[in-house]
Order: sequence, then structure tokens, then C-alpha cells
Amino acid sequence: MTAGSAAAKPVGPRPIGSRRGGPARSNAVDGVPDHLRSGRERTSDPEPPPRWTPARRRQTRAALLFLSPWIIGLSIFTLVPMGWSLYLSFTKYELVTPPTVIGWENYRRMMADPQVATALKNTFIYAAMYVPTAILVSLGLALLLSRMMRAAGFFRTVYYLPVMTPGVAVAVLFSLLLNGNYGLINRALALVGIEGPGWLTDPTWIKPSIVVMSLWGLGGGIVIFLAALQSVPRDLYEAAEVDGASAWRRFRSITVPMISGAMFFQVIVLTIAAMQLFDKIFVIFGNPGAQTSASDASLFFVLYLFQQAFQQLRMGYASALAWLLFLIIMIITAIQVKVGNKLVYYEGDDAS
Amino acid sequence: MRPGAASAETGMTESLEASLRNGTVGRGPATGEAEQPAEPRPVHPTLRMAQVLAALFFAVIFLYPYAWLVSASFKDRQHVFDNRLIPMNPTWDNFVTIWQVAPLLRWFVNSGLVAFLAAVSVTVSSALVAFGFAYFRFPMRNVLFGLVLATMMLPGMVTMIPTFLIWKQIGAIDTRLPLWGANLFGSPFYIFLLRQFFLALPRDLFDAARMDGCTYFGLYRRIAVPLAKPALIMVFVFEVQASWNDLLKPLIYLHDKSLYTIPLGLNSLFVRYNPVAGGEGDYQYIITAALLSTVPMVVLFAVFQRYIVEGINLTGRA
Repeated sequence: MTAGSAAAKPVGPRPIGSRRGGPARSNAVDGVPDHLRSGRERTSDPEPPPRWTPARRRQTRAALLFLSPWIIGLSIFTLVPMGWSLYLSFTKYELVTPPTVIGWENYRRMMADPQVATALKNTFIYAAMYVPTAILVSLGLALLLSRMMRAAGFFRTVYYLPVMTPGVAVAVLFSLLLNGNYGLINRALALVGIEGPGWLTDPTWIKPSIVVMSLWGLGGGIVIFLAALQSVPRDLYEAAEVDGASAWRRFRSITVPMISGAMFFQVIVLTIAAMQLFDKIFVIFGNPGAQTSASDASLFFVLYLFQQAFQQLRMGYASALAWLLFLIIMIITAIQVKVGNKLVYYEGDDAS
Repeated sequence: MRPGAASAETGMTESLEASLRNGTVGRGPATGEAEQPAEPRPVHPTLRMAQVLAALFFAVIFLYPYAWLVSASFKDRQHVFDNRLIPMNPTWDNFVTIWQVAPLLRWFVNSGLVAFLAAVSVTVSSALVAFGFAYFRFPMRNVLFGLVLATMMLPGMVTMIPTFLIWKQIGAIDTRLPLWGANLFGSPFYIFLLRQFFLALPRDLFDAARMDGCTYFGLYRRIAVPLAKPALIMVFVFEVQASWNDLLKPLIYLHDKSLYTIPLGLNSLFVRYNPVAGGEGDYQYIITAALLSTVPMVVLFAVFQRYIVEGINLTGRA
């Protein structure tokens, strides 16, 4: 096959459809039978062919055109800002005067800043409370729904509805429900003779209250777990039952491994989101004049970052804070991935 | 025979392939209900009853805050906190007054405009880029796509400050542009999602079109886009929701009250009327505005529920 005829029609390795095509079609690509290819070049091979043909050159040019919005956006809104932010983190920059380089000063200050320690502590405590609870509750509800037949769709809709509520509205609503004096929750507790605390003013109860507020919107997790549960092959359970496995055993040895991938991903995504919690915190605690009495217990990291950057206009310091957060999130994610890879079961792990 | 082993990634395309084979693509994604397997064995009626009751109990818990909100918005100032599910003297006053005490209509229009621009631009650009990654083979493709995945995980806080400085430099503070402008360049999350969709389309279609002299853009415009319509709707709906609910960006970029979006406006009402934040204590206005702000999203969900559910399952992101 000459280069000319190759250019005449769109041959050449092609990603679309190659996964589902099966061997016959993808092998026939540019007419070389599979057994004549070198090992690297075989069908499953993701590498492009090494030579530049006119067809390939044209494909590359077209691909770059299609990719150009992303390439431009990546440069303007990701790469440049990342570099700039890193630079700013080593400067004193308060918008009115140009940034002056001050070396590691921002990072030193950060280490000594009691507010940073408080904000980090609060954020960690919240994440440590929220993520496991959210996983357990959404898995529990998904399990419940997976036992329903037609009604599952209805309940899924109901459980998901709060997710559609704007964060500000959620904060407004729950700040009223959790109001210490006349909120619904404390009124209900009073009926059974319990005097509820000031949920959003008592430092001990602030984080549990925010956890409850966030739990209201965990419908996404339910949807994901429900789908994962429904994709577990039935015959596994049937085989286990034939072998006399108890319900708990079936759950432990079939359900949990089969959905561990979904669970793992949920843990990572929820943790990253929890570390960056902002909307609800800002509405209830961040507004100027908001309940300052509780400011220490309700200072979350991104709120502090926001205040430093856009209220105090300490852009240099805030940039350093942003990098600290980035670093922390990366470390946590890396640990989770390392641990997760040991625990998560991937189909095809065991050759049976 | 398909090659067996399913990695996390191919697992996602698998369900799409199934829907392609069943010819459901183009008509809409397969929803959970369709795949629901038959109940394996009869369950004891008592157990069944307990399950339904438990599900109902949680449904009440999830819905009660809504019910409270709806009910309270029909109460006057004295009775807002009486916690009765059925208001004693229901009144429409709040719904009438709220339009006068706050420029609610303006906030709705602002939010709607921004959400529309944000969703259209991100859908079109992400689809272009996703098609580029899915159809073509070119050097460094995997490296570049790895970059897409890497930026998907990047916390927005890292780029927030310089991005603000960029918009400030352009003079875009107190305009709507920063709220949606970056969407013109695609979003990694949606690029990833749409690429999955495009990868599942049969290659033969494209080959046949190329033989008939179709251009690359024609492949995108006439084959890929029409076939991926459900995915595009999904992206559009996700972005409308994200944009409608976003507080941080409006907070940073908008000081001009006439540009306020719903979240920002609602927050300003909260500050104005919440006594804890130094306000006047007219909770009924905050409540009514909060209720109204959720209505468009509830409608969106009602109309596009199956796309939303499918989208969550495809991306694993809640």
C-alpha cells in the first residue's frame, strides 16, 4: 500500500470505535495482518505509527484545530495562573502597589498564623466527619433502593431533589431550621423533653450541624451506589446462595468488592470537595456582621483564603494559602490512592 | 466476542455500547430502570414492608425541609417559625411583596443569562475538543489527554487569584464575562465525559462519510454531534445547574447590584433580614426568595432527570 492510496481514503489507526470493534476490524487497519506486525504495533497498541505520512500530518493538523480551544484555555486559565499564583505566593501584593518579592516570608507567616491552624483543623474535622458518614448513609440508602423494584426510581428522585437546591438556599433554610431558639429541630427536640443546643452558635455543634446540612445533598452518592449495586452480576449471588453463604457473607464477599471501585472514587471526590467547602460557610458565618462569637469554630480554610484575598486584599499571602491547600489535597489524594489500590477489587484481578 | 477485561474506564463505555447496540443512542441514554434486574427471589412480606417503610421514612426526612420552606413562605411574619406544616392563615403576601423589597426578577434574568451563556459555550467547546481527542490519532495524544485528567483534579482555589487579576486587567470586573468567559475554552470534566461518548460511536459511520468526501468538521457536525445529543444535553444541564448555584464567582466579580445573580442576591437578602447578621428580622422574605430560587432547578430536574442520573453514573461525580 502506497502513501498515495493511504491518503485517498481515511485509513490509519483510529481511536473511535476501536474498543468495541473486536479484533477483525481493528486488525485490518492499513491492511497489515496482525501477525506481521511487531509486538508494539499490534492492535491493542495505543502508540501511533512512527512515520509521518501526508494522511497523518493532515490528521494531526485537524486534531490540533479541534483541540485549540482547550489548548488556549489551558494556557490562559490554568498554566499561566498556576505559575503566576506560585510567583505571587513569594511576594507581598496588596493590589495597589506592584508585587514585591519577599521570599519564603508568606509561608513562614502561614506556619505561625493561628488562624491557619484553626481553619485547617476545622476543615479536617469536618472532612473526617462528613466523608465516612456520607459514604455510609448513601450506601445504606442505595442498598435499600436496590431491594425495591419499581419504587426505586421514585425514591431516587426524592433523595436526589435536594442536590438541585442552590447552596445559598440550603444555607438559608438550614440556618433557620437549626436556629437555637425557634428552629424546627429544637422545637421537635423540646417535644421529647430535650433542650437542643444553639446548633450554629455553640462551637461544639457547629461542625455536626454543617455535616447534617451537607448530608441533605448526598443524593448523587445514592445514584452512583445504586448503579454500582445494580451492575453486580446476579449469578454471583445465586452461586453463593447455592453454596450456602449467609446474607452478610454475600454482602461482605460479593457486594463490597464489586462496588469498591465506585466507593473509592466517591471517597476521593467527596474529600476534595469537603476540603473546599465554601458556599454554606460563607452565607452563615462569612458575611460581614455574621455571628462573630463563633468565628473560631466556623473558620474553614477556603473561607479564610477568600477573606485574605478579597476582603483584606492580601493577594500574595492568599496565593501561598492556595498552594498550601493544593499541596494538602494532593497528599491526601495520593495516600487515598495508595491505600485504595490495595483495597479496591478490579474485575480481572484474579484469573479465574 | 469482546475483549474481556474491563478497566474502570472501559466499564463506563460498556453501558454506552450496550445502549448503542440496542439502538437507544440518539433517543436518550439508558436509564437505571431499564436495566434493573428482576428480583432474584421472593422476599418475606414483612421484610418487604419494613424496607418500604424505611424508604418512606427517609423520603420524609429529605422532603421535610422543602415542605417547611413551602409552608413558611405562606405565613406572615408572626407565624414563620410556628413550624406548622399547614399554615394557619395562608397568605400570598410574601410572594407579592418579595418582588417589591428585592429586585428578584432582575436576579433571575441575570442568573438565567449567565447560566445560558455558560452552558452553551462550555457544551460547544468541550464537544469540539472531545471529538478531537476521540477521533484523531496524533503524537502526544495520550500525554495531552493526561493533562485533561490532571486539570480535572486541580482545585479551583489555586488559579482563582490570578484568574481574578487577569479579568481585572481586561477591565471585566463588574461585567458578566468572568462568570462564563472561561467556558469558551471547554472544561476538562465535560471533555472527559463527551470523549467517552464519542469513543463508543461506530467507526464505520465516519469512514463511510469520509469516503463520500465529508470534511473532518463535517464528521463532527453531521455525525458526532447528532449522535451524541443525549450527552450534549447532559453537559448543558449540568452546567446550567452549576452556574445557577455558583456563589463564589459572582461574589468575586460582581459588586454592581444590578448584575447580582440569584445566589448573590439571596445572600444579600439574608444579610439584610437576618437579625443574627444584623438584619431586620423579616424572615418570611428570605424564605420566599429561597423557595423561588430553587424552582427553576426543580423544573430542570423534572424535565431532564434521566440525563442527570445517567451523567452522574458516567462520571461518578455527584
